[in-house]
Amino acid sequence: MPPAHLQWKTRLFAAIVILSNTLGNFFIARGMRGLEVPADSALHMVRAIFTPWVALGIALLILWLLSRMVLLSWADLSYVLPVTSLGYVANALMGHFFLGEHITLQRWSGTLLIVAGTVLVGMGSHTQARRENP
Amino acid sequence: MSAWILLSVVVACTVLGDLLSSFEMKRHGEVQEFHPRGWGRLLATLATKKFLLLSVFFMAISFFAFIKLVETADLSFAVPASAATIVFETILARLILKESVDARRWWGVCLVALGVILLAE
Repeated sequence: MPPAHLQWKTRLFAAIVILSNTLGNFFIARGMRGLEVPADSALHMVRAIFTPWVALGIALLILWLLSRMVLLSWADLSYVLPVTSLGYVANALMGHFFLGEHITLQRWSGTLLIVAGTVLVGMGSHTQARRENP
Repeated sequence: MSAWILLSVVVACTVLGDLLSSFEMKRHGEVQEFHPRGWGRLLATLATKKFLLLSVFFMAISFFAFIKLVETADLSFAVPASAATIVFETILARLILKESVDARRWWGVCLVALGVILLAE
């Protein structure tokens, strides 16, 4: 078993990674779809990232990037990736409930398979927080 | 630009970025400093790591491809489909980072791959 402080930190940072990723992607999608001019050129792309919703999404994704880097400093990549991929499912739910996206039965099946795979990968991962610094 | 091309760029750049950042952060060691002053010191140290900077470069490309992707594609497609990174990254984490991946995790990876294939239809 990993040391108690690593278990606690791993869970906390995994939660921060999932939440910041889900909300960040949602705000970016909402912002990009509300642009007055489509982001078809570099200039329009730069303009787009300074619009309020997209900027808020980017701020959350910066939090996601930093918290994930910190998590990766002690947890295995092959643990971090599947566990934080719960965010993929949360994103699909946000798209369905808040962006009015129609999700077919096949797409839900694919999403649920990803959840199942994620659970399998995360179950009893004794190597999830594998070591302390010497 | 086709959603599939954009998705491929997102996946390839994310895989490269994650491998590089995991490699460099492991070399750095567990982060134990959480006070604001410590964060400044940590960021200053990390800014000198070349693989980490390269990782940020790939993540930036991945990011711009992603925001272009969600401008037109469904979020409920774009984000779960980018789970394809898990499959490639687990394989490469085993082969390049020499992490131990047991049979249960491999089955999980197979299910994720199958899920992504279903999303692609």
